[in-house]
Amino acid sequence: MSSSAISIQGLTKNYGDFAAVDGINLEVSYGEIFAILGPNGAGKTTTVEILEGYRDRDGGKVTVLGEDPGNLGEKTYSWRERIGIVLQSTSDSEDLSVRETIHHFARYYSHPKDPESVIALTGLSEKADARVHTLSGGQRRRLDVALGIIGSPELLFLDEPTTGFDPEARRAFWDLIRTLRKEGTTILLTTHYLDEAEALADRVAVIVAGKILEISSPETLGNRHLAQARITWLEGGQQRELLSNNPTGEVATIAARMGGEIPELQVIRPSLEDIYLTMIGEDR
Amino acid sequence: MNILRLGFLRGALEIKQFLRQRESVVFTILFPVMLLFIFGSVFKNTIAPGVKFSQYFVAGMIASGLVNSGFQQLAIMIPIERDAGTLKRLRGTPMSPASYFIGKAILVTASTVIQIALLMGIGIAMFGLHAPSSPEKWIRFLWLIIIGSTCTTALGIAFSAVPKNGRGASAVVSPIVIILQFFSGVFFVFTQLPKWMQEFAAIFPLKWLTQGMRSVFLPDSFVHQEVAKSWEIGRTALVLLIWTVIGILFSIKKFKWTNR
Repeated sequence: MSSSAISIQGLTKNYGDFAAVDGINLEVSYGEIFAILGPNGAGKTTTVEILEGYRDRDGGKVTVLGEDPGNLGEKTYSWRERIGIVLQSTSDSEDLSVRETIHHFARYYSHPKDPESVIALTGLSEKADARVHTLSGGQRRRLDVALGIIGSPELLFLDEPTTGFDPEARRAFWDLIRTLRKEGTTILLTTHYLDEAEALADRVAVIVAGKILEISSPETLGNRHLAQARITWLEGGQQRELLSNNPTGEVATIAARMGGEIPELQVIRPSLEDIYLTMIGEDR
Repeated sequence: MNILRLGFLRGALEIKQFLRQRESVVFTILFPVMLLFIFGSVFKNTIAPGVKFSQYFVAGMIASGLVNSGFQQLAIMIPIERDAGTLKRLRGTPMSPASYFIGKAILVTASTVIQIALLMGIGIAMFGLHAPSSPEKWIRFLWLIIIGSTCTTALGIAFSAVPKNGRGASAVVSPIVIILQFFSGVFFVFTQLPKWMQEFAAIFPLKWLTQGMRSVFLPDSFVHQEVAKSWEIGRTALVLLIWTVIGILFSIKKFKWTNR
């Protein structure tokens, strides 16, 4: 019925008097990487867990891959064949090796990926025979991702996937996600890291206090593309600063005035983080 | 049948993980063996014609083995798995919960068989225990293991919903088992316990399991030393069946996949 991978209309979820999710509408297309941003307690995880079928909702319409995750009935297992879930912090399978764990989970699915190629894809080849409890935080997380994708999911949920990664591991992880996208996997990502959303996501939604503030591409969120650029440079021994909608022209003017090279020139667009902090700040 | 196939696969995995955890091997397998050595070596008195306390004690410990492997092991292990996210992760895969429980049942069976074999072997070799003396007693022994194990497994899964988290599980579960062992004729001769203690113990499965195991391992003449002057085989089966049904109903109603 629905042409979207995920479709949410008027979703609500209350805990007692507290509205954790307060009327969310959202469509995620097939093949898209969609990021949900928001401060802690904004309702991100509640929303995602409703989509994953872990929680009941109080109101609204939800379809995920054409099914209602709150009312799957006999379709529960065939639906779970088609989704992959990477949870926040887990510490299971401690006494198994990476290879044993991935091979075991592959048996749950009718059309799994090749476990050995998943081990290679997630960069765990060197650790394949190590017990899981000996893995570093980043390796552990890559195992979580390996278990999330082993069943060749059409839709992958990633809940704060790179928390605790060093910068290099994060880059490697982003490459992995881009590979999955090329294979046609739809990805719903929640993250605290705005650079991650910017690097990966086609679109982002900002959720604050259970409501969606805005959905747009990372480039245009909060009218970022229209925001003034800040130009800073050194002139006459002094730090100078200028806000402008026309930075190229301004820089040319300054260069002409100074006869060529402009010392310590910087042209800074507001980062996604600046825009985001302004957005969630305004709502408080 | 996919559920069964994955259940066996999980069972193999459970056993592999079990054997790799030194704590669980020590706690579930070696601890009862150590207790057997200590009690068997200290109390050598004769409690009835031809029956020493050590024989009585081994029969009780074999019954306890069913409670340790089923109830105690699962009621501690499942909350730890819930904390670790194991259950939540499994819930997100196409594996049926039935396969998970089949896997647990296989684990319980394996650790029960190992434990009973060890206790019986040591009991026979060192503490004057006699193997069941007739085919009839062997059959009774087997069905006591099967129904007893099923019962304590169901109760272990049901009780796993009680501990709030994995860390506290052992502190909630172990005292229950130890107290029941004191009340049910494992550490003391049942008939020497106060009446109220006997009546309290008779509500729970362990008392019936110990009595059943005595009927298998002690001479027939010992039946006159029992409270009822009878082995009460039918009543034992009935009590175990009732607790099995209670365990299954609670498991279905109350099983928790996450800590929330």
